[in-house]
Amino acid sequence: MTTDEQVLTYPIPSDAALEPPAEWAELRGKCPVAHVKLLSGDQATLLTRYDDVKEVLADPRFTRQLTAPDAARISADGEGVFSSEMASIIPDGGEEHLHWRRLVGKWFTAKRMSALRPAMTEMAEQLIDDMVERGQPGDLKASLGFPLPVYVICDMLGVPAEDRDRFSYWSDTLLNLTRYRKEEIEAAQAAFFQYMSDHIAAKREQPGEDILSELIAAGSPEEGGLSDIQLIVTGMGLLVAGHETTANMIGKMVVMLLADRTRWQRLVADPSLIRTAVEESLRFDANSGFGLPRYLNEETEVSGTILPRGTTVICSMAAANRDEDAFEAAAEMDLTRSPNPHLAFGSGAHSCLGQALARTELQVVLEVLLRKLPTLELAVPVEELERVEGLAVGGLRTVPVRW
Amino acid sequence: MKITVDEVKCCGAGQCVLIAPEVFDQRDEDGIVILLEPEPGEDQHALVREAAAVCPAAAIEVSDQA
Repeated sequence: MTTDEQVLTYPIPSDAALEPPAEWAELRGKCPVAHVKLLSGDQATLLTRYDDVKEVLADPRFTRQLTAPDAARISADGEGVFSSEMASIIPDGGEEHLHWRRLVGKWFTAKRMSALRPAMTEMAEQLIDDMVERGQPGDLKASLGFPLPVYVICDMLGVPAEDRDRFSYWSDTLLNLTRYRKEEIEAAQAAFFQYMSDHIAAKREQPGEDILSELIAAGSPEEGGLSDIQLIVTGMGLLVAGHETTANMIGKMVVMLLADRTRWQRLVADPSLIRTAVEESLRFDANSGFGLPRYLNEETEVSGTILPRGTTVICSMAAANRDEDAFEAAAEMDLTRSPNPHLAFGSGAHSCLGQALARTELQVVLEVLLRKLPTLELAVPVEELERVEGLAVGGLRTVPVRW
Repeated sequence: MKITVDEVKCCGAGQCVLIAPEVFDQRDEDGIVILLEPEPGEDQHALVREAAAVCPAAAIEVSDQA
């Protein structure tokens, strides 16, 4: 490919709420290592094949140093979640990353998340009761999808859920690649940093039963714990990560299952399929957002193409999850698919730290919805559903439902 | 069936525990995998294979033996 050829713009614009852009299949087939132009005007390399995405995400040569001077700027003005200073305070690789990962990851084990199930179930039941009381049609995103993960992560971090509007705004300024001006993002980040800094100081004075108090109790870096700034950034990172991701996924999952109502009916009849249905929703989500960017510190080869040092690579997990070479009948949503080694949570040492939490939340929400509102249906045609624009994490603006 | 796990590779995602809790667990102190049952009974084989296939760190190996 020469530089004169028309270069694909990334993110690839897509109007349909649930359908993948036609370009994915074309890229996987003919151009698995593609040149793309980002919103900033910078060039990057897009990967869409399952094997490539899986391999690169697990390869430490592909770093998260998106703040490098020659790394492509992801958003329109180069700010945001991937390039903020925040990202560079959590160690990117090696022993230090492993230490951080294990110190924080131990609070997100499958067993701990399973222990939260009863409380989550109660919360989901209450939120659904409230939605029903307000009358139909209701917005499942605002009524259930958004509040549930926010309450859960606030509780885990010991921050007051009453401050959730502020968290939502701070989180959005970090995750939205187009909506905010540089000054707005900087002001929001400074306010968020101050908030978390005060919160951690308060926890130091008066520890609670939350992850941040536990991380403080692990002591100084010399004692095996985290530094003050690492604590603050970890708290910010967990709060942002626990916000938009699962919140949007709950809405998308329910829409995918209701878009073809035989799927919903099958689950109502056989709730034992909830686990595999959740995994398939994660795989099938064609609106999962930007993907994961990586920065190359050394020349490397991917699928026979040499990538020079300084290349910014974008891994499209959503495109990879539709790869026919990796999944039989990849374009079909199969609620019993097993095994389902999708890449929605990434792969390798950096794969999502909160995935057991996300899975548990998705399973609980689905279980409670099927039980309490088996007659649930979309209140608008699928074609009328609108994507959230510009978010690093894809979502739908609203999810109107009846029951 | 014989299972081995690689604690160094393990990233603590917990998928194996969610899928086959009778065979896998995670250490409380760092979230790393614990193999509860290196040679599980037949009723667990399908779940173990699924857990190995979806492990994001490819840290579970399953070998068949007579």
